[in-house]
Amino acid sequence: MSALLIIIVLVLAGVAIGQAVRIFEISNALKGKDENEITDDDNKRQGWYMLIFMFGMFITFIWMSASYWEVMLPKSASVHGKEVDNLMAISMIVITAMFVVTQPLLFYFAFKYKGKKANRATFVSHNDKLELIWTFIPAIVLAGLILYGLSTWNSTMFRPEDEEPMIVEIYAKQFGWNARYSGADNQLGYANVRNIAGVNVLGVDDTDGASLDDIVTTELHLPVGKPVLFRFRAQDVIHSAFMPHFRVQMNCVPGAVTQFAVTPDVTTVEMRKEQDVIAKTATINAIRKAKGEELYEFDYVLLCNKICGSAHYNMQMKIVVESQEEFDNWMSSQKTFAETL
Amino acid sequence: MSDIQSAETMHTDTHDHSHDDHHHEANFWNTYVFSQDHKMIAKQFLLTGIVMGTIGMMMSVLFRLQLAWPEQGFPILEKLLGKWAPDGVMDSSIYLALVTIHGTIMVFFVLTAGLSGTFSNLLIPLQIGARDMASGFMNMLSYWFFFVSSVIMVISLFVTSGPASAGWTVYPPLSALPQAIPGSGAGMTLWLVSMTLFIVSSLLGALNYIVTVLNLRTKGMSMTRLPLTIWAFFVTAILGVLSFPVLLSAALLLVFDRSMGTSFYLSDIFIGGEVLDHAGGSPVLFQHLFWFLGHPEVYIILLPALGITSEVIATNSRKPIFGYRAMVGSILAIAFLSFIVWGHHMFVTGMNPFLGSVFTFTTLLIAIPSAVKAFNYITTLWKGNIRFTPAMLFSIALVSTFITGGLTGIILGDSALDINVHDTYFVVAHFHIVMGLSAIFGMFAGIYHWFPRMWGRRMNKTMGYFHFWLTFISAYGVFFPMHFLGMAGLPRRYYTNTAFPMFDDLADINILISNFAILGAIAQGIFFFNFFYSMFRGKRSAQNPWKSNTLEWTAPVEHIHGNWPGELPTVHRWAYDYSKPGMDEDFVPQTIPLGPGEEETH
Ligand code: HEM
Ligand SMILES: [Cu+2]
Ligand SMILES: [Cu+2]
Repeated sequence: MSALLIIIVLVLAGVAIGQAVRIFEISNALKGKDENEITDDDNKRQGWYMLIFMFGMFITFIWMSASYWEVMLPKSASVHGKEVDNLMAISMIVITAMFVVTQPLLFYFAFKYKGKKANRATFVSHNDKLELIWTFIPAIVLAGLILYGLSTWNSTMFRPEDEEPMIVEIYAKQFGWNARYSGADNQLGYANVRNIAGVNVLGVDDTDGASLDDIVTTELHLPVGKPVLFRFRAQDVIHSAFMPHFRVQMNCVPGAVTQFAVTPDVTTVEMRKEQDVIAKTATINAIRKAKGEELYEFDYVLLCNKICGSAHYNMQMKIVVESQEEFDNWMSSQKTFAETL
Repeated sequence: MSDIQSAETMHTDTHDHSHDDHHHEANFWNTYVFSQDHKMIAKQFLLTGIVMGTIGMMMSVLFRLQLAWPEQGFPILEKLLGKWAPDGVMDSSIYLALVTIHGTIMVFFVLTAGLSGTFSNLLIPLQIGARDMASGFMNMLSYWFFFVSSVIMVISLFVTSGPASAGWTVYPPLSALPQAIPGSGAGMTLWLVSMTLFIVSSLLGALNYIVTVLNLRTKGMSMTRLPLTIWAFFVTAILGVLSFPVLLSAALLLVFDRSMGTSFYLSDIFIGGEVLDHAGGSPVLFQHLFWFLGHPEVYIILLPALGITSEVIATNSRKPIFGYRAMVGSILAIAFLSFIVWGHHMFVTGMNPFLGSVFTFTTLLIAIPSAVKAFNYITTLWKGNIRFTPAMLFSIALVSTFITGGLTGIILGDSALDINVHDTYFVVAHFHIVMGLSAIFGMFAGIYHWFPRMWGRRMNKTMGYFHFWLTFISAYGVFFPMHFLGMAGLPRRYYTNTAFPMFDDLADINILISNFAILGAIAQGIFFFNFFYSMFRGKRSAQNPWKSNTLEWTAPVEHIHGNWPGELPTVHRWAYDYSKPGMDEDFVPQTIPLGPGEEETH
């Protein structure tokens, strides 16, 4: 019933507007004006709007950059992440500079050259020199960005390790994560979903000697300053292991093993003392308090970042970065694969 | 065969064409429904595109309600979604379904078929001086395949288990296994059927466009005298012919995996408490095939919009487009490069890092021809005598969004940076601005500009202005803040962000975005009204209302089959002699011979 009423109201509103437009047109026609011709007045007005829009856009841009600064991710908590952040900062500066040069030109020209019936445009069809310049300038800037980008990419992907990395498997399934530590031998036992049975939820092969000291956990603990090689597996569909604070992301693909090496270099406790993090946490807690929700304390997290089903939005695992001793303590409280069997 | 022949004879013969048709009487069915006239087919594409666009836009409003005000009940959600929104709060599977169908509809149905289908059909014959497409019959089939495909996509919304919900990119295994998400059952099957028909439609259309541009140009219309619109449509069609078949093969293999037990994309899967038989496949293979189409697809969407803009900006600046040859060159460069960059969507799939470097390199190369285009548009405005028609405003807006979105592409194309923004809202911001907004603005520019050509009437200017400003402001209002969400680490395709306290401080930004989305949707009401009102009651238009040079304005306002009564026009110059010194008027149609001592410009 209410739907019907809404439809009737909409239809009537449409008819009313139609009639209003009609009257407007007829009265214009009587005055001998064609209301659809673009007049000099229109050009003037729209030209000014273009200019005003440009200022509005820049004011908003500055305002957003300033006031949204705080919501963004805090400084990187991994070694390669610092390089990624530098690259990001420089790329951002470059593109902001291009933005600040080109947008004003566009809107300013629109404003400056708003037309008049009596005027004529200047006939310019091309200018080879100018066109060469603006082919080469972007080319050079991009060459710089490409070189810098690729060197960062290479050092991220092929990090020369002085130290043997600790091998940890990240296992994704609808809708949760597990970690499997390789234990004393630093070797992961063979695993395949075909072996999944009972408590062996990761399908670890118990006939493989390397698997007996593996340790399966539901939280990810990492010792600070130690290189880790993550090896990713998925049980059912593609997931993506996203650790935004470490600038790490890698898809978890069923039927394949992917990997990513990272060295966390800021402990959870240290991160909580960062100025940015304190401010962000305070803002969040003010919001949570107002809603009567549990207060928040900063933690590193692992999120799923590839659409994987109905609870994709809630697939998380806590990550703790701590000192080697704390890590060893925690580790010794966990059961090895052999012990769980 | 006979149709091709008749098109050929139509092209070459010179007798009077003012009578309606050669072979059959015009009746309702062959005039409005199974028409083979390119102008009518263009209108059919446009109207279908607008209907689909409305559906896609309404969906985005629904899921924006959810994102801004999760847990809050909205009666409208309950009304529209029924069992999927108990107490007016949408369920998480229907959220994914809405996002998926929204993306599919916008990318394929609105901005591929709706945009290209409308304007390639309308403008190719009219701007090159042909009587119709090479094959009117194939052209008609192309529309009807599209129509049926649209109908099936809409029907899929009503399946009991829900429509496809694996994202518009339908990555398997999620899209292959109904156990993984309910939408991958019947909903996904219909999605695949619909897309298959869509691909057929788009191939039929594209082949026709290519042949028409190559063979049916009128006397004097050399390739270098073609308006940039035609260059853009022509290259777009080539991209489509080369890339859509790959999507078809990807879809077919997915069909096999889903229903015949093959293992192209599936391997080692444990789901619903059991291990599946599939072994040896690779889900990443699908992504390679998909993005081999997918990346050219974004240019299939964008190039026609850029072509339209070139035409509209030149006409309304009353100046030649700056650097015509560079514009053609950059269209070709972009088209070529678009085939070797697909891997930038897959940097974190575990592909060989060296391959990642190659794709970074090729991707950043595309920025060069894109920058050339942007500078050329800006310079076209310089020292112009700009007339702000609504079409012109939308074209300037397009240049603005093309620059903004193109710049963030430099971030995403850089593999090292993509690690942390991949699949976050930064990506959503980027592709909506560079592709969604630019193409939609190009489409609006085209509609406002060629409305008089399609319906012989003018759209109302004042409503056009209101529509433009509200749309432009809310478009930036929706998508600009999303960059910040992405840099805060917020993943896309999340039903709600409340599961992570670290995102709580993003709630205000999400509310801001949703408000702009609602404003933007309401603003489209002005457009719909203007469009349908003007179609029937708009002021009659003069034959060449914008004082334009191109051939479509030399044909009479009344539609006749064959476009020109009598002989086809002969072309004597390029399309951009605006404000040429020494001429009486500030425009010189392409049909005017060079005056004594006049030099031809390029
Ligand atoms: C009416 C204004 C629009 C709004 C408010 C809007 C909003 C959104 C949002 C918020 C998402 C991401 C949802 C998520 O990841 O959870 C999305 C997805 C998407 N949108 Fe839009 N959009 C609009 C118009 C368009 C247009 C014009 C296009 C054409 C290119 C488009 C194409 C897409 C695509 C391809 C996706 C990805 C779908 C997926 O994740 O599978 N949208 N839209
Ligand atoms: Cu997941
Ligand atoms: Cu791409």
